[in-house]
Amino acid sequence: MTRKQRRLAFVVGALAAIGAAVGLSMFALRDNIVFFYSPTELAAKEIKPGVRVRIGGLVKEGSLVKGQGRAVAFAVTDTAKDVKVAYDGILPDLFREGQGVVAEGPMSADGVLRADNVLAKHDEKYMPREVADALKKQGVWQGEGEKK
Amino acid sequence: MIVELGHYALVLALALALVQFVAPIVGARRGDEALMATGASAALGQFALVTFAYGALTYAHLVSDFSVVNVVEHSHTLKPLIYKISGVWGNHEGSMLLWDLILALCGAAVVAFSANLPRDLRANVLGVQGLISVAFLAFILFTSNPFARLANPPLEGADLNPILQDPGLAIHPPLLYVGYVGYSVAFSFAAAALIGGRIDAAWARFVRPWTLIAWIFLTLGIAMGSYWAYYTLGWGGFWFWDPVENASLMPWLAGTALLHSASVMEKREALKIWTIFLAILAFSLSLLGTFLVRSGVLTSVHSFASDPTRGVFILAILVVFIGGALALFASRAGALAGGGLFAPVSREGALVLNNLLLTAACATVLVGTLYPLALEAFTGEKISVGAPFFNMTILPIAAPLFLAMPFGQQLAWKRGDLLGAAQRLVVAVGLSLAVALAALALRGGPALSILLAGLAAFVFFGGFAEIAQRIAPRRTQLSVMLARARGLPLSAWGTAFAHAGLGVTLIGIAAIGWGDEKVATLKIGQQFDIGPYRVVVTEVAPRTGPNYTETVARMDVREDGRLVAVIEPSKRAFQARRMSRTEAGIATMGLGQIYVALGDQVEGGAIDARLYWKPLVTLIWIGALIMSFGGLVSLADRRLRIGVARRAPRRKEMAGALPAE
Repeated sequence: MTRKQRRLAFVVGALAAIGAAVGLSMFALRDNIVFFYSPTELAAKEIKPGVRVRIGGLVKEGSLVKGQGRAVAFAVTDTAKDVKVAYDGILPDLFREGQGVVAEGPMSADGVLRADNVLAKHDEKYMPREVADALKKQGVWQGEGEKK
Repeated sequence: MIVELGHYALVLALALALVQFVAPIVGARRGDEALMATGASAALGQFALVTFAYGALTYAHLVSDFSVVNVVEHSHTLKPLIYKISGVWGNHEGSMLLWDLILALCGAAVVAFSANLPRDLRANVLGVQGLISVAFLAFILFTSNPFARLANPPLEGADLNPILQDPGLAIHPPLLYVGYVGYSVAFSFAAAALIGGRIDAAWARFVRPWTLIAWIFLTLGIAMGSYWAYYTLGWGGFWFWDPVENASLMPWLAGTALLHSASVMEKREALKIWTIFLAILAFSLSLLGTFLVRSGVLTSVHSFASDPTRGVFILAILVVFIGGALALFASRAGALAGGGLFAPVSREGALVLNNLLLTAACATVLVGTLYPLALEAFTGEKISVGAPFFNMTILPIAAPLFLAMPFGQQLAWKRGDLLGAAQRLVVAVGLSLAVALAALALRGGPALSILLAGLAAFVFFGGFAEIAQRIAPRRTQLSVMLARARGLPLSAWGTAFAHAGLGVTLIGIAAIGWGDEKVATLKIGQQFDIGPYRVVVTEVAPRTGPNYTETVARMDVREDGRLVAVIEPSKRAFQARRMSRTEAGIATMGLGQIYVALGDQVEGGAIDARLYWKPLVTLIWIGALIMSFGGLVSLADRRLRIGVARRAPRRKEMAGALPAE
């Protein structure tokens, strides 16, 4: 092989690898990202049944209903709008009514989020940032960290 | 008083770091020996001062000095001693101080092991190292002072976040930080080479041990973090593609690429400019990781507190160092003599392929980690990029890399023989097929697991194939084989172990497909079959620990009616912070584990739990240990030992003495 051909081989190889990586990323990004909405935003959007979303807000006081086995239903609120969530599994350590929560899963046709993943805050200071932002939008944010 | 002295020492350290930055670099420009030599004493002095400052903060934590804000917010008189010591870095300020301590340690180590270095290179390296110290010491002093006092000290502290009250805290952060910060030395060497305008094979030989040490620690740190997350988060997963995990994976990928390209540079004087670039990239990604974790742009167990000024400060450091290094690179790299070209099918060619795939993997992780942040910054839309994205992008890049690894080891430098390499790998291929078929016959399970098991076996056996052929190319007596094994360079052994270790990890990952998982509500006396075992709940009772109370479920694990283990998963409630934490019950059976995590207590004494049987799961971390061991063996190689490398005069003679690999 001549010098030129060798160089060409490396350049082609490098471009192929980079191209493959970029292509894969684009393709994967199209199908594998999940959008986050506050309950108010979700109400304004038409989400097709089966589309995965993440919602964040507070667990509405008095909305937690225990069903058969580990099935639970609760509502997530940003004080303006509520979203009903159904979940079958073990709730996280700090899941309580009135506390911040993020739920992720597909929307069903009746507007209920069939969560397969529920996240609560880690400690008394920490609030999922998405929840904090959703609450700030509604002007009901009371936590710290607002101005510093 | 000691606290104030610590603060003062830190200020002095900043002043010394400034001297360390300016004096040696100016000295190197002017050829002034005395100025150049100040770098060494400044680095040692800085190390002593930062060590003192760190000691002062540790002292404040040990004696529970609640007039120090840092201690009030993160300690408690009842906290066990080990968490008083490790709790020093269990918060933002302390962990940044640890960062600085390790940075100063790196500077001192460069001084200690660089007697053979050309003086100007040594001076420039210490100068750049000094500049990094300036940035981070200023960061601590101006935005994250750990020595701040409180006018009215309370009687009791707020305690450490319970999630962090774990032996993992004592091990994971220091290991990870040595890895992160260790790359600063490679970075400084790269910048020094660009400043000095000279770069040759000896440079690669100087840099490789430092990169290797950082890589070993980073590997251990990531593995330790993974195991900690596995047993403490209660989800039974070992990797969550969390941005914070990705932040540590990116420098690892770049550092792995750097190790390999440096070996090409050392042996063949090729890929010089690329190697310099990777050295810059590895540390830049470490800085990016620090920014992501410490600035509060991400929320996770790692982000202790978010204060916007800190984020902006770290971002500025990031921009100055990455931008500065890349600008230096752009202006100087063209002037450096490029390396020679080589045949695509050769050891060099294989290492280039390794570099391409590793950097491509690194780039996709970067995209997946930063895309959500960028999208939110520009459009306000919030998205999450999770495991599906990474599984989909990393797997197709990683699979060819794993396949190519054994081939790379088989190819000769300069001109390789692909067919010959394939022939020499026949045994490894046969063994891997046997493993895959055995997995299929014995376990069944998902096709992906079977394929991955075969691939893992190929990486494992392929890793040792080279050694096997060099020891016994044909039927040989055992004594001859042993003599030859001793004669092999340790770096060949190191490569074999590091590659085989990856194979071991992959087998552990493949075995996930053969596990079992159940969610159940447990009552006393109830039995659950999980995998080949039967779990029986014998007791659910409260218990009191030093600074928590817990609900413990005792369970017998039985195999064919025989009691093989007792596990005690629990749910701990920490009074000081009114927080609870799940303590998984884990029983290790051979290489697999039974894993039980409790949920909330429900009525009638019954409790929810997740039960898992995870066959071969420990191999995931054992593999990482083997990888690090491989790195250690390489490090012990005479040729690679720190400070042994010399410049030009001895190079020919050394190259002549080396066996052609």
